[in-house]
Amino acid sequence: MSNHEEAFENAITVKKRPKKPSALSAASTFAWRALLRIRYVPEQLFDVTVFPIIFLLMFTYLFGGAISGSTGEYLDFVLPGILVMTVAMITMYTGLDLNKDIEKGVFDRFRSLPIWRPAVLVGALSVDAVRYLIASTIMITLGYILGFRPEAGFGGVVLGVALLLFFSFSLSWIWTMLGIIVRTEKALMAMSMMILFPLTFLSSVFVDPTTMPNWLQKFVDINPITFVVDAVRGLIHGTDAIGDIMMVIYISIGLILVFGTLTMYFFKNKE
Amino acid sequence: MDHKQITYAVEANNLVKTFGKERAVDGISLNVPKGIVYGFLGPNGAGKTTTIRMLATLLQPSEGHAKVMGYDLVQEADSVRQSISLTGQFASVDEELSGRENLIFIGRLVGFSKKDAKTRADELLKAFKLEDAAKRQVKKYSGGMRRRIDIAASIVTSPDLLFLDEPTTGLDPRSRNQVWDIVRALVKNGTTVFLTTQYLEEADQLADLIGVIDQGKLIAEGTSKELKASIGAGSLTVHFDDVTELEKAKEIFEQQLNHFAEANLREISLTVPIKEHAKAAKAIGELANNDVQIKDFSMSQPSLDEVFLTLTGKLPESEGDELHEQS
Ligand SMILES: Nc1ncnc2c1ncn2[C@@H]1O[C@H](COP(=O)(O)OP(=O)(O)OP(=O)(O)O)[C@@H](O)[C@H]1O
Ligand SMILES: [Mg+2]
Repeated sequence: MSNHEEAFENAITVKKRPKKPSALSAASTFAWRALLRIRYVPEQLFDVTVFPIIFLLMFTYLFGGAISGSTGEYLDFVLPGILVMTVAMITMYTGLDLNKDIEKGVFDRFRSLPIWRPAVLVGALSVDAVRYLIASTIMITLGYILGFRPEAGFGGVVLGVALLLFFSFSLSWIWTMLGIIVRTEKALMAMSMMILFPLTFLSSVFVDPTTMPNWLQKFVDINPITFVVDAVRGLIHGTDAIGDIMMVIYISIGLILVFGTLTMYFFKNKE
Repeated sequence: MDHKQITYAVEANNLVKTFGKERAVDGISLNVPKGIVYGFLGPNGAGKTTTIRMLATLLQPSEGHAKVMGYDLVQEADSVRQSISLTGQFASVDEELSGRENLIFIGRLVGFSKKDAKTRADELLKAFKLEDAAKRQVKKYSGGMRRRIDIAASIVTSPDLLFLDEPTTGLDPRSRNQVWDIVRALVKNGTTVFLTTQYLEEADQLADLIGVIDQGKLIAEGTSKELKASIGAGSLTVHFDDVTELEKAKEIFEQQLNHFAEANLREISLTVPIKEHAKAAKAIGELANNDVQIKDFSMSQPSLDEVFLTLTGKLPESEGDELHEQS
């Protein structure tokens, strides 16, 4: 037998399936895959590096003078807001990636494997959390250089970012659900924008809602993004925001329960 | 895992899948004995992929039920997944990753340790002649390499039942033969293979049992021989040393077989279609009785193209052809 034939015979003989991996091991395998993909397609990091920089510079210098009279003061106010907005925006890439997997066909293989099913998504989402962390770090560092001073110090910033990451992880389940049920990438992109734009702009990101007309204020006050912005702002500047923080935690858990369940339902029953 | 004593790898009972109003799979019942290659033959849009996706637990049947490796498709989906592997019609590995990374990735998902997953990946890369491309992204592979890595990913651990959806579509003859060799080797080692194909030759060469599907319905089933027999046994060709013998034989054949016998004077041969093998034997015996000298004779079987024509009244056509006709 030639060397190759031997290798062939050897590879084809029966290999028993080992015990199926734990949920954690399966999820970290999917996380490993997501990290490898970033290595091959570093452009994927474009959104978490360039977006924060552009958004911060643009909004600070465009609106700063007009809204607060000085850019320095405005920066302290707006940075936590833009931070929330930027990270909320980039959560939608989660859905786009999933949608591509489905369209290409790899998803079928994942679904035919005997693994803990949410692992496919949990793995990808945890790498996304790392991406959000990169975006947050870049924005806060640049802000600092431009004159941003968090009043609650470093500890406050860490808590604020941690809360934001938790909220973003929860928010991502909306995109995973849409990523599974919406047929084309374009439609998904359009739909995500339609949800995200009003949510992020009609909130307390840029201006104090008390300056807004009454009807708009009503919407802004119940917008979940407003709670997140107020909570993160409170943590970073050390103002009392416990009500907002609790609200964000409730909203996040609610999002996971509702959209996590729906996502897994559609994952299972995808046509 | 406990192994059930079963005769059939797949027992499907009246499977139906509707998409809106369309009945993509319209009442398919089939039994696939363990240890064989089952060839699911049909033109574009016949419902092959939809059937496979149901049997691989990816789609819930709209009606009917099925057992795969003895487990109920819906009630025991997880046990089914433990026993099968699926190589889909389109990308079934991550094109952004290298071949080796893909195999390690699957290895980890089926439960190997990091070290074992790497060893197994290298073993498969070597066996499938992909060592040189191990570190290249799969999207840069050729079609043949793609198909090999797809199949390798499906046998990281040996499945009891392997689904291959159009494993050779678009491959050149050499790559196609490589895939065939892999399939044959897998079956020899005890895996049951359920493959779909649009190629009559492929089903003929590879499958022990063929199901012909058209518009969501199983329109015929049997071994390649049986299918061919259902439209007649083929034709008999006899060669002679000289033309006088041929002429004598022609007369006898036409009397015996009741059919015009076509003479080929350059090859000095006669060809006549026959309904049953027994009649052919009798006709040849009659030549001997009349002292007609023959050089040799052979039976040829009808092509599966002819089978399809008889069964559906049309040749299988690809979507490409249809588009062409419309424009
Ligand atoms: N997810 C889906 N939603 C709606 N219709 C579908 C879906 N999947 C398949 N169909 C339809 O079901 C029919 C059968 O499709 P299927 O993919 O099973 O055919 P096939 O035999 O695999 O064809 P091909 O040789 O082209 O791969 C087609 O008419 C197709 O349009
Ligand atoms: Mg198909």
